[in-house]
Amino acid sequence: MKLKLVLSAATAICLGVTAAIAAGEPQAVRQDEMKKVGGAMGALGGIAKGEKPYDAEAVKAALTTLAEVGKTFPDHFPAGTEIGMESEAAPAIWQNMDDFKAKSAKLASIAEAQLAALPADQAGVGATMQAVGATCGDCHQTYRLKK
Amino acid sequence: MASTWVKGLGTLAVLGAAGFGTFLFITAPQRQDPAVWANLGEPDLTHGREVFFAGGCASCHAPVGATGDARLVLSGGAPLKSDFGTFHAPNISSDPQAGIGAWTLAEFGDAMTRGVGRAGEHLYPSFPYGSYARMTPKDINDLYGFMKTLPASDAVAPAHELGFPFNQRIALGGWKFLFFSDAPRVELADASDMLKRGQYLVEGPGHCGECHTPRNALGGFLSGQWLAGGPNPDGEGTIPNITPGSKSMGSWSEGDIVTYLETGFTPDYDSVGGSMVEVQKNMAELTAADREAIAAYLKAIPAVQ
Repeated sequence: MKLKLVLSAATAICLGVTAAIAAGEPQAVRQDEMKKVGGAMGALGGIAKGEKPYDAEAVKAALTTLAEVGKTFPDHFPAGTEIGMESEAAPAIWQNMDDFKAKSAKLASIAEAQLAALPADQAGVGATMQAVGATCGDCHQTYRLKK
Repeated sequence: MASTWVKGLGTLAVLGAAGFGTFLFITAPQRQDPAVWANLGEPDLTHGREVFFAGGCASCHAPVGATGDARLVLSGGAPLKSDFGTFHAPNISSDPQAGIGAWTLAEFGDAMTRGVGRAGEHLYPSFPYGSYARMTPKDINDLYGFMKTLPASDAVAPAHELGFPFNQRIALGGWKFLFFSDAPRVELADASDMLKRGQYLVEGPGHCGECHTPRNALGGFLSGQWLAGGPNPDGEGTIPNITPGSKSMGSWSEGDIVTYLETGFTPDYDSVGGSMVEVQKNMAELTAADREAIAAYLKAIPAVQ
């Protein structure tokens, strides 16, 4: 009985450690970052579609997230993280790192421009979605690989 | 003994020649009846523009990386890599020498719907005439009228880079014999007009199946796998299953599909990627009714797991 407890405790610790390591891996970090972007786009999309009322603070928060992720996203692609953890990163990222960085920076700059002239209503948020959204596809066209 | 050999060889040669002759006869490039392209009248250019985007012409024929109006210069595009070699989409701009500006409507129509080139040669099915074969003569006429209004380019696209035997156009007659058909890909019972429109757009000009349906070793579609996805024929990664049985999008509503085609966002705000980025830009140019028809069709076809 005691042995069982010890074993399960040990297993739990091991699992916990594995999870902690996995969470810190660049592949996991960049996947989380993209999920944040998805969440931010979702917040804007809900307003643009009229599913949620216009909320300046929510729009500001979403655009701030987009700008922050855009600035640092390419930092999570060090050599040696090309594959693993179901990464959908395309090999082209490491072949054209400068272009990849430029595309990420573009997301940040467009999000900041939208922050500076915050959209004031539902239609404005729709236009913002289009402006920011174009950078999503522009980058995913070349640098994301669906597996 | 020797004479038996000679006789045997002679018989084989005769049979071979007869067989080859039969092959040529059965698989010769077949144009449409010229009457198909007669009396179609003045093309409707506004509608031709819609057909142009439904057909995704610019995705292959516009220069690599072109954006905005530069995508309307159809001077030849990015190389299309396949198991058979590398295809280079030709110049189909309105230039009379380098492009197709001097072609008659019948020549254009036969290329689009029968895969027959201006000189009567077989065209490679990397040009998706296996889908365009379903297009109406009116749509072809409107499309060609619109394409004539686009800029001319004198750029000459490189020749295809294919190994033997794929560099033998004559063999394409065999491919057509095995796989070419303008019949519906799926039977839809009691289809509404909207559903029929969706079927036309997806199976015809939209040529969705060219990437989204898996193929056999000879490049023919696998039966019972219509739009079920598979390995990317043009490189790495996979092409998703877009039937109602799809793990990734089988649960999407028609509205979700419409929004994706219009904006490039999935229901959970992931974005369009890969070669679908160009396709989605084209789909955004269609009428809302056409996007709705496509969505209705995708929900109506057989689910493949």
